[in-house]
Amino acid sequence: MQRNLFTYIWRHSRPEQIVILGLVVLAQVFYFMSLTVPKDIVNNGIQGNAFKNSTTIPFLVWELDLSAFLPGTIVRLFDGFQVDQLGYLVTMSFVFLGAVIVNGQFKKTINTQKGRMGERMLRRLRYELYDRILRFPPAHFRKVKQAELATMIKDEVEPLGGFIGDAFVQPMFLGGQALTAIFFIVLQNWLLGVIVVVLLGVQMMIIPRLRKPVLVLGRQRQLSARQLAGRIAETADGVHEIHIHGAANYERADISERLGKIFKIRFDLYQKKFVAKFWNNLLSQATPFAIYLIGGYFAITGQMDVGAVVGVLLAYKDLPSPIKELIDWDQQRQDVQIKYEQVIDQFQPEGMMPPELQALPDGPLPPFGRELALAGVTVSEDGRVKQLDSVSLIVPTAARLAVIGGSNSGKDVLGQVLARLTLPSAGSVKVDGNDFFQVPEAVLGARTSYVGQETYLFPLSVRDNLLFGLKIRPVAPASYDDATKMVREVFWKESVRAGNPPFDPNAEWIDCELAGASGSTELLARIVDTLKLVELDDDIYGLGLRSTVDVALRPDLAERILKARHELHGRLQDLSYASLVETFDADRYNRNLSVAENLLFGTPLGKEFSGDSIAADPYMQSVLKATSLDLDLQRMGLAIAETMVELFSGLSPDNPLFEQYSFISADELPNVRLLLQRLGGKGIEAVPDADRPRLMTLPFRYIEARHRLGLIDAAMEDRLLAARRAFAGGLPEQLRGAVEFYDFQRFNSAATLQDNILFGRLVYGQAQAEQRIGTLISTVLDELGLRNSVIEAGLEYNVGVGGKRLTAVQRQKLGIARALIKRPQLLIVNEAVASFDGRTQDRVRDNILATAKTGERGVVWIANRPSQAEPFDQVVVMQGGRIAAQGTPSDLAARGGLYAELMASA
Amino acid sequence: MNLNEEVELLKGVPILSKIEPAKLKLLAFTSERVNYGEGQEVCHQGDPGDAMYVILNGVADVLIDTPNGQLRVAEMKKNDFLGEIAILCDVPRTATIKAREPLSTLKISKDTFYRMVGEFPQMAIEIMRELAHRVEDTNKKLREATVSKAAWPTR
Repeated sequence: MQRNLFTYIWRHSRPEQIVILGLVVLAQVFYFMSLTVPKDIVNNGIQGNAFKNSTTIPFLVWELDLSAFLPGTIVRLFDGFQVDQLGYLVTMSFVFLGAVIVNGQFKKTINTQKGRMGERMLRRLRYELYDRILRFPPAHFRKVKQAELATMIKDEVEPLGGFIGDAFVQPMFLGGQALTAIFFIVLQNWLLGVIVVVLLGVQMMIIPRLRKPVLVLGRQRQLSARQLAGRIAETADGVHEIHIHGAANYERADISERLGKIFKIRFDLYQKKFVAKFWNNLLSQATPFAIYLIGGYFAITGQMDVGAVVGVLLAYKDLPSPIKELIDWDQQRQDVQIKYEQVIDQFQPEGMMPPELQALPDGPLPPFGRELALAGVTVSEDGRVKQLDSVSLIVPTAARLAVIGGSNSGKDVLGQVLARLTLPSAGSVKVDGNDFFQVPEAVLGARTSYVGQETYLFPLSVRDNLLFGLKIRPVAPASYDDATKMVREVFWKESVRAGNPPFDPNAEWIDCELAGASGSTELLARIVDTLKLVELDDDIYGLGLRSTVDVALRPDLAERILKARHELHGRLQDLSYASLVETFDADRYNRNLSVAENLLFGTPLGKEFSGDSIAADPYMQSVLKATSLDLDLQRMGLAIAETMVELFSGLSPDNPLFEQYSFISADELPNVRLLLQRLGGKGIEAVPDADRPRLMTLPFRYIEARHRLGLIDAAMEDRLLAARRAFAGGLPEQLRGAVEFYDFQRFNSAATLQDNILFGRLVYGQAQAEQRIGTLISTVLDELGLRNSVIEAGLEYNVGVGGKRLTAVQRQKLGIARALIKRPQLLIVNEAVASFDGRTQDRVRDNILATAKTGERGVVWIANRPSQAEPFDQVVVMQGGRIAAQGTPSDLAARGGLYAELMASA
Repeated sequence: MNLNEEVELLKGVPILSKIEPAKLKLLAFTSERVNYGEGQEVCHQGDPGDAMYVILNGVADVLIDTPNGQLRVAEMKKNDFLGEIAILCDVPRTATIKAREPLSTLKISKDTFYRMVGEFPQMAIEIMRELAHRVEDTNKKLREATVSKAAWPTR
């Protein structure tokens, strides 16, 4: 990237700059017109100067004045119209209006053009910076803070966009204006002219100098703000550590210190700015001072007439504003130049990957090669501590090779070198004789894979994360209708103008072929297989059961789930299951549902009926009143309140039992107790009206089977059922969308797949009900061939920021699955299974090894436990960054030494 | 069975008998009623434990793994409590408990247990007393076993 901002701007926007410049020049003509026409209107139109001799004058005369070549020859092309004074006034007024409109149009066009050019350049600059992040050498990320990168691209280059439009036009335009005014002054009196020029020169010398400290401070301000952003991000990243170690106030101290420094910089800046402004004003007033004094002296002594002095003063009136703006422009120029330099300095680390290595591949991707040869590879960050020390090793890409060693043996660094994540400081790595570091990233991405100890997941669905490695290039364009296509074409054209690639994220990027699948159905099978290899299929199946599916999008699945519901309910007739589930039955009160759920008898869709708001809903209230259930509920509420006061009164308010079990919060309990004391055992009739609504909300959460207060007897059940029917029967039109009623024949899009299949509630207090019903559901789904569909639904689960909605083990398994699904020619597993339990580690290892059985695919396994190396064909033993021994496990075992030692320790 | 009936049952459990009824009610309310069918396991030897149980009704076998398979060492019946060792000492279940007939229990989770003990020390004392009885009982059995063993060769 050019270090000079102007070179950069000129290089990427030359044609546009020239067009705008042309427009500016052209605009001057109309500007001039809008100035001269009023003069004609006043002189001729109103005062009638031109009509003194005749009542009409010709208007719009076209003449070609050729007197320069042929003296006296004027060729008249058009004699014009004859107009009288009034006509002239009207016509000229409209000419004036026209000139103003045209002038305005020019202004608008120029500003639009400038704006577009600036935004385009900003887009280009941002893209280029981002592009560079993708090409940074891996080690550079250990030095830069991500939040700082983000602020630079987002905020720091922002002012550049505004400036770019003015970069060339403004100085030309203002300079032209200033020069004209100076020229006029010199014409009136050369001495005054010289004085004005000298004073202006002084001004232009001194002001920028005064502003220099302002610029320096501006640079500091930029840096300190960037570091602040970095620190804030660190706080967020390390928030657990801060809490664990009680270091919140230490962090506060640091931030306060930084804010103090920023304050000082900003306040200094403020002061210096106004000092510069003061001098600026003083100097610009020095010129009229000189004109008055010297011009006046000339006038008194008769060397110059008064009119000329006034003329000079008038000309000067136009001078300061362009000069001032020029100076402002210059300051802005220096400011953005500094910003630009500071930003791009951060984006040119040494050892950036050349762009060709990331170019979109053309044609089929070649195989990776047959062997990787490391010769004298040394990795050392500072030149002293060598993490790898002259390692020479041949790794056939179809090999099944394990690397073992202690924690500082350098084995993990070796793994990183093989994946090109760490660049050696000395030595060479070759693939079949060619430089490993010249292999295009697309080939590397398609043919090799790497999983380290920590897996980063993007905050997308499980599926998107799993298939991330198949998105090397767009394999099929997105299909658009004609109108959208036109819009998209324009969009891409603009991208190209701003130096952005016209890639389409909506295109099909998933390369099924890499996964060995020919279409989406096969891909799903491959996904399930891969999940099984890392033992993640059950987890995703579980997520699928707990996910919802929109019947409009997947009518087929919904229908099959309904079938599973029927099948399951057939089996629930079996006596051993019958007591475990209480089915949703419109004609029966469900003792394992809360009162609210029984009344609603459906899944709430909006917020009207969800959670606690159902109790306060006006329609629900009206139904309860109409079925005269309100008093019953209030009575139940009173009973619950009495029990809660009895149970929880002795407890300290911060006891977690409150939150877990009490219907009344610890804060509210004293008030309720007072209320009950005032009642003194009298019934609901004695409760003041003001307290009744609150009491009435209490039973809504009450579940008879769970809370066992014996509040709902058979008669009460019937009354609640009547209210349920009344609620559904009279549901007003506008609330129809707020609830999806339970219906055995209908799929419920708002409920999870599991709830859809179960269509009932597990009965409280039945041992192992959950496991047994879970197994039953699983069996039914397996028999109906629905397991994969449920997994498919589970694949849509969003993993959250950094995959935090999955457990660490699930994240890691997903990372391994992501590496496996593209069937890499060479897979490097760098202690990636360390977080699993011992048996899982071995099983996953065996599954991975089994994928490499063909002799075409290889695995390099950096073992976190030496004993993992046993089933591998070749074992490399490392110690202190060097290879200590190498051979088949049996050879090494026979030789003893470090291998035997490591094996014994495992 | 509603809460009040459960409380009546709990009053008959020795370790809980000295606790005032209101606290018993809280214990019942914050605990889960769990029913087991014949042959179902309440807990399995070696599994981590997160709850203790009070038997409200029915009989359960206490089984211990031996090299020759499971050995029935004791039985538990109404008003007995079990599973306290795993939650007090944080060790895996020391025995398998299997329902011999339909069994009704009150499952007191580890968290609830500790909170209740924290709030009501009386409960801790009662449990301590019961545990001491059990130790004494075991000692007695051990003494008898040693005596009879020692006596054996001379007989």
